[in-house]
Amino acid sequence: MSEQAVEEESGRIPISQRPEWADVRPVPQDDGPNPVVPIAYTDDFSETMDYFRAVYLADERSTRALQLTKEAIYLNSGNYTVWQFRRLILEALNVDLREELHFVEQITRDNSKNYQIWHHRRWVAEKLGTHVATQELEFTREIFSQDAKNYHAWSHRQWVLQALGGWEDELAYCDELLEDDIFNNSAWNQRYFVVTRSPILGGLEAMRDSEVAYAIKAILTKPENESPWRYLRGLYKNDVKSLGNDPRVGSVCLDVLMDKRDYVHALNMVLDLLCHHYQPSNELKNAIDALSPDPTPSDSDLIQRVCSILQLVDPIRANYWEWRKTTVPAQD
Amino acid sequence: MENMSATKTQEEQWMVQNQVFRIYDLVCQLPPHAQSVNFELRRDNHIEYLIKSLKQLGPNFAVLDANRPWLCYWIIHSIALLGDCVDDKLENDVIEFLQRCQDPNGGYGGGPGQMPHLATTYAAINTLITVGGHKSLSSINREKLYDFLLRMKDTSGGFRMHDGGEVDVRACYTAISVAGVLNILDDRLIQNAGDYIVSCQTYEGGIAGEPGSEAHGGYTFCGLAAMVLINEVNRLDLPALTNWVVFRQGVECGFQGRTNKLVDGCYSFWQGGVAAIIQRLRLVVSEQMGLPNTSNFDSRTESDNDSSDSDGDQSSEGASSPANDSCQPIQKGKSNDSPRIGVNNNGYNFIRGPIGMRPIFNSMALQQYILLCSQEEAGFRDKPGKRRDHYHTCYVLSGLSICQYSNIKEADSPPLPRDVMGPYSNLLEPVHPLYNIVLDKFYEAYEFFARS
Repeated sequence: MSEQAVEEESGRIPISQRPEWADVRPVPQDDGPNPVVPIAYTDDFSETMDYFRAVYLADERSTRALQLTKEAIYLNSGNYTVWQFRRLILEALNVDLREELHFVEQITRDNSKNYQIWHHRRWVAEKLGTHVATQELEFTREIFSQDAKNYHAWSHRQWVLQALGGWEDELAYCDELLEDDIFNNSAWNQRYFVVTRSPILGGLEAMRDSEVAYAIKAILTKPENESPWRYLRGLYKNDVKSLGNDPRVGSVCLDVLMDKRDYVHALNMVLDLLCHHYQPSNELKNAIDALSPDPTPSDSDLIQRVCSILQLVDPIRANYWEWRKTTVPAQD
Repeated sequence: MENMSATKTQEEQWMVQNQVFRIYDLVCQLPPHAQSVNFELRRDNHIEYLIKSLKQLGPNFAVLDANRPWLCYWIIHSIALLGDCVDDKLENDVIEFLQRCQDPNGGYGGGPGQMPHLATTYAAINTLITVGGHKSLSSINREKLYDFLLRMKDTSGGFRMHDGGEVDVRACYTAISVAGVLNILDDRLIQNAGDYIVSCQTYEGGIAGEPGSEAHGGYTFCGLAAMVLINEVNRLDLPALTNWVVFRQGVECGFQGRTNKLVDGCYSFWQGGVAAIIQRLRLVVSEQMGLPNTSNFDSRTESDNDSSDSDGDQSSEGASSPANDSCQPIQKGKSNDSPRIGVNNNGYNFIRGPIGMRPIFNSMALQQYILLCSQEEAGFRDKPGKRRDHYHTCYVLSGLSICQYSNIKEADSPPLPRDVMGPYSNLLEPVHPLYNIVLDKFYEAYEFFARS
């Protein structure tokens, strides 16, 4: 709970004793005589929600109702009804929404993994328009400094970029995050997002060449890192033929296989290529043979051989590799 | 220059996997009897924990005050998986309580008097179906619920969670799942939902919550299940999805939710459920992989409906690009008729059809993670070091059930003892993998709503 919430709670005057609420009759929750999953609410919680129900049912879009939603949100930031009613009040009262961003910020620091907070923030930012783009990007950056993979924060950031702009430094930001943690798959995903959707980079076609180089560099540093492998594959999404035609792809697979460690992802990629009629070089064939448990492999088919190696070195997926053996498309 | 120091991802990963390996080592070193005790499902303890919670929750649960139908579902579904049920009075209390969460204009809110919300509607419907019986099933106002679902439909083809709420794949799934199981799914609800879900499949192969976001186990389950229910699953790139999901099972033996994230017991269901669904999509997957037609082995269940003019040919499209971006009008020209028989049978046909593939994930490994790392004295947790909760208890148990039945050849056949880790008394009830409702209760609801 945030400091402010604690303060408010400790010095809290019961609503029933506040003169501005004297005319309101609280509405208790209609839980019935024998509720299931009944929650032993604190008195403060019950009272706040009883008054909330009163203003909600009366559709009272007033300053005091706005203040009350704030108190209710501090008690449970997951109550979407309260948030939605708050939006109606904010609109009705024409409140300065920049303050609202500060409020959401406080709540987010308590609990950054909650749909309601981020949805509300999106709503506020949309109303405020393009001039808050920088602030919003900065805010998510702050969240990522604590939790670099916060799903909601990433969705928010992508929305900000698309709706409000601010693409200029985004690829550099991805660089920065990946430099810090090359295993951060959220950063890889963001990189893909930027490369495919940024209006200033020219799109995937224009970026593919340099991105392939970037992914390959990352792979060679840590071949066990699945993220750049999937990224590399993604750069040729729906076009495995071109993936195989890029000589760097076969070459990085070969390098990793020759190194004889952490080569599961390399074999996974080779398998994908082979299933799409890729013609492997003799070097690649030899490298695969060198990994084969059987020095004179009985599986005449290279695909079968790759699957057999994977079954052995990647036992958690043995069933999957077994199945892949049976799904080899007809070779022409 | 190669980084010599470990990154944050690596550090956290190593910490967790070492903790997990320590547990496996400890159990390994125990004498046989003590060892086998560790693999036992502590059924009675779990049931006691669940029933207690149904009757009373402490003040800390105030943060879940807008999720009470979820608490009902997590608890009631867990109890059903464990082969038990609550007494008549408690069942009645559940029905009456959910009645108070039902909005007069359709749908269910997070508690009495709250706005209706798609997620809590899904939880409430699944709970009522799991309770079963005439009173429970007839307490659902389907006409109003249909209106609510339609109100939540977004111009993108997706759904929003509540009035003024967020649009995402979760909303698509909960809306479609509820409509499917209640026999109220129609063209107006389906319209363009497939476009939205397809746009959320990422370059990794899994599905994200929104277009552009990261592939994630929960959303992948939601997207895949929804696509099966609306009969458009062939529009997803299933080979890529399959490859992504099998790589989510790690050395800890459990599933992670996203690439390079930590293992978490709840993904036993989200990812395990995806694997279970794929096992029943052999023909579609084979087709997308460019395999010759092998349809004499099994037949696609989904084509078994009255809309063969537009759907039947999906299975003969051959090896065309699986991620077909073009939007095919589904069942066009039928929007005024009631197409209900066709679309609404998808969930039923899916479960009655053959299981064309052997498990693609490691069921034994996952059961080991569940029993040794997720299981507490009572209840289940994310991972060692975390505390139990109802959400994890529900989804870990659901995942355990998926594992135990992963090798059966057809619905309703019992698993072999060798497929159930620990004593055979660990066996749970089977679930319908698209809805996550125990199978018997699904059948009961199916019959009930087919009549009305």
